[in-house]
This record gives sequence, structure tokens and C-alpha cells, in this order.
Amino acid sequence: MGKHLKILTNGIIKENPVLVLLLGCCPFLAVTTQASNAIGMGAATTAVLLGSNIFISLLRKIISEKVRIPCYIVIIASFVTLVQMIVKAYLPSLNDSLGLFLPLIVVNCIILGRAEMFASKNSVGDSVLDAIGMGVGFTLAMLVMASIREIFGNGTWFGLAIPVLSSNTISLLTMPAGGFAIFGILIAIINKVTKGQGVKKKEFGCEGCVHAAACGKLACPAEPEKEATAE
Amino acid sequence: MDNTMVVSVSPHLRAKEDTRNVMRDVVIALLPAVVASVIIFGFRALLVECVCVATAVICEWAFEKITKRQNTVRDLSAVVTGLLLAMNLPVSIPIWQAIFGSFVAIIFVKQLFGGIGQNFANPAITARIIMFIAFSGTMSSWAVPSGIGSWLNADAVTSATPLRLLELEQYEDLPSVAQMFLGWRGGCLGETSCLALLIGGIYLIARRVITWHTPVVYLATVFVLTALLGESPVYQLLGGGIWLGAIFMATDYVTSPPTPAGKIIFGLGCGLITVLIRVYGSYPEGCSFSILLMNILSPYISKWTQPKPFGGVKA
Repeated sequence: MGKHLKILTNGIIKENPVLVLLLGCCPFLAVTTQASNAIGMGAATTAVLLGSNIFISLLRKIISEKVRIPCYIVIIASFVTLVQMIVKAYLPSLNDSLGLFLPLIVVNCIILGRAEMFASKNSVGDSVLDAIGMGVGFTLAMLVMASIREIFGNGTWFGLAIPVLSSNTISLLTMPAGGFAIFGILIAIINKVTKGQGVKKKEFGCEGCVHAAACGKLACPAEPEKEATAE
Repeated sequence: MDNTMVVSVSPHLRAKEDTRNVMRDVVIALLPAVVASVIIFGFRALLVECVCVATAVICEWAFEKITKRQNTVRDLSAVVTGLLLAMNLPVSIPIWQAIFGSFVAIIFVKQLFGGIGQNFANPAITARIIMFIAFSGTMSSWAVPSGIGSWLNADAVTSATPLRLLELEQYEDLPSVAQMFLGWRGGCLGETSCLALLIGGIYLIARRVITWHTPVVYLATVFVLTALLGESPVYQLLGGGIWLGAIFMATDYVTSPPTPAGKIIFGLGCGLITVLIRVYGSYPEGCSFSILLMNILSPYISKWTQPKPFGGVKA
């Protein structure tokens, strides 16, 4: 049971997809100008992640190693289309405010990254927990970022005006430059909290890379980074 | 006197100058402009200056305390940054925005890049630009000169700066050239009085804190280019913040090239970008942007103008 709980909670702080793994930065920076957008985007991404993780985990023994990336993309794109249709039908205002970033979930690195790193190697149950954990982590990170940007940049939170702040706004925070600054500060805080131990280097070295097999760098013995760790 | 022989490694000739002395000279050189700002805009100018300096010093001290770095508050560089930033603000700036600007200058531009000597851009200029973008309303409302003893109230009269008036072609509202030189016009706290800045500049050159190259080339470039482009060169030269920028900002050791040839290129570039923004851009003033852009180029300028050592071969 402990192992399952760990998979679930990993995504929230220790391996937060956007603040530690630095995946999915594009929607993270682009749509976090309002807290309501963050919730919408987070929920949509979580739904796609859940669906794709389940299917990729189910098909992990059928999909050939060589064509796995196109297969993953097809599965992910199907779920994105599904989610987009649902949002368009039931939440047209959210669809308008997310705009292009809703279909762009297809190329969100978090989803492909979890497919490659987790769902293709683990059971369906674990993949579901991983998807939920990562989705919640992404949503929480977006919510924190969007709250900071909306409260101080616009003087509102979920569209409600905040008394003193709404007349003293720092509009820079709603612009891209302010977004990058807040992003940097959040990463610094998470690094401090996890003491920089959040990421296991191995997963992000050449071994974990999507192109590891094709690139051939793994076979190369004189890799400086490996020497450094061996010492 | 004892007979102990002192054995030391080179360099044996040591100058008395250190960061603290240099920064103290810059503060002294800024004093005429501080006095001028109080005379022109009243005592709120002094309040803004004190707030900026205090915030800068506190931020520097606290950041270095938290990150357990060597404390550099005593070298007065934070005081200079705070004071220069205040010089770049309008008198009517809300105090919390001044605090924000000072915080950004010290923490974001200076300390996060490694503290004194490591920042790639001038902290005061960068903070001014960040504030200009973040608070475009309050950062471009200029109070009319109200004189010493006045205390600015919320609905003080605002006016356009001379550069804005030139852009709008309202020539009848322009102050006279003498007023422009003395600083009796709308603008930032420290940029208006060319006389006070000139006194400070001459002091810095006499004390050999800065050389004449950057300021003179910068101002001359603006004068010549605006004359060539058919603007009014005298007003272009005396208006805006180029005196403050040329004397105090473009000569920053950390962010400008060290060689005379490099300084001349730096001054030329600043002048060119300033004039292009003023004449063709949508902003009335381009001084701070020009210095920031040249700051970014200055490592390359330093590389191009690296002097060949005597007897050496070209690298």
C-alpha cells in the first residue's frame, strides 16, 4: 500500500511535473493569467493524462518498441479531441479563454513524458495513480502560479476583486516576462523545499531519454557526466 | 619601526581606491542632482530618494544574510543603485512602487546574478524599465516643477516632458533653453537639471572615477544625429534623461567596456539607439533602453577592443 501511495503523492511535490521535471512549461506560462484558467487547463490535462496512461499501460505489451512514439501520439490525440469536444459543448467560455492551448495538450510534454517514463513500464493500476498524482501536481502548480499572477497582476482572484490590491496592480505579472519571473521563483522555492533532491539524475540522463536507443550515446564510454558520478 | 622585511608577491604598487571609495565618489557626485531635485520638485523628492536607498540597502543586507554570502553593504554599491533608481522616478511615484523597484534592482538584477561585479545589466536602469512596463501609468505622469517647500498632493498638476511636447509639436509650451539647462521642467527626479549632473560629471572625471569618453561621445552623438535628422538638437540634448544616463549609468564599471575604444563604441551605440527610439519609436525617450541594450553588447565590445599587449601577437 505504501508503494501505491508514494506513486500517487510523487507528482505533487517531489516530482512535480512542471516545477521539478520542467515539463509542460508552455501551457504553464501561457494560460496562468487567471486562476479559473489554471483549474480548467489542469482538469483538461489530468483527464487526457488519465486516459492516455490507462491505454498506453494496457497496450504496453502490444506496441512495438520502434513505433511507440507515433502510437502514443495517436492515443493522446484521441483523448485530447474527446476532451476538446466536451469542453466546447459544455464549457464554451473556458474553451474561449484557453483557445489554442486546449488542442495543444497533444504535444504537452507531461503526457508524453509520463507515457514514456511510467505507463509503458508499469501496471494499469499504478499508471492510474501516477496520472492522478501528476495531474493534481500540475493543476496545483498552475493554481499557485495563476493565483500569484492574478492577485498581484490584476487585483482579482477567480474574477473577484480584492479591495486594496485591485487599485495597486503590478500589471507586469500578467505579461510573459512576469510569468517567467514567478516561474523562476516557484522553482527556486521547490528546490529549497526538496533540497534539490527531487529529481533522480538517472531518469533524466541519457538512459531516460526518448531517443536513447537511436542516439547511441549510451554506448559511448567516454561520457564525461558518467565519469563525474563514478568518482 | 621594526626591522622585519616584508616579502610580498606582485603587484607591489597598490592604489588606495577600492569599491567603497569609488561608490562614495559617485554618491558625492549625485548630491548636486539630489539638491536640485528637492529645489525643483519639493521635499517629496527627498522622501522617494531615502525610500529607494533604504530599500536597496536592506534588500542587499538581507539577501546576503539569507544566502550566507559575504556581506557587501559596506561598499556602498547598494546606496548608489538605490539613489540612481530614485533619480529615474517621477516625484509622484507611490512609495510602495518605489520599494518594489528598489527590490527588483537589488534582488533580481544584481544578487541573483551573483552580486556586485556579476550583474550583466545596470540594476538601476533595468529596474526603471521593469517599473516603466509594470506601472506605465504612474511612471509616466510628470509633475510640473513646484519648487522647494511644496508637498505633492494626490491631484498635483502634471505636465508632459519637453520630449513629449516635441513629439506632439506643441512648441509654444516648451520651457526655455535656460530653464531646460537648470532643470525647471517636468521629468524624473534626477534627470532634469543638466547643470547639477554636469557638476557631478566633472567631479567624477576630475577624481578619475570615470573617463570622458562615454558621456561626451554619447551626448555628442545625440546632438549630431538629431541635427542631421532635422529635430531640434538643443532640446533633444537637454531633454530626457541622457545626461543622467551618459554620466552615471553608461559609465558603470561592471556593465560597460573597460577600454577607451570600447567606451567610445558604447557611447556611440547608446546615442544611436536613443535617437532612433526618440525619433522613430513610439516612446518619447529611449535613454534607458539604449543603455540596457548596450549593456548586453558590452562583453562583445570588450572582446573586439581588447588591446594587444606590447610585443604580443594578435589573438
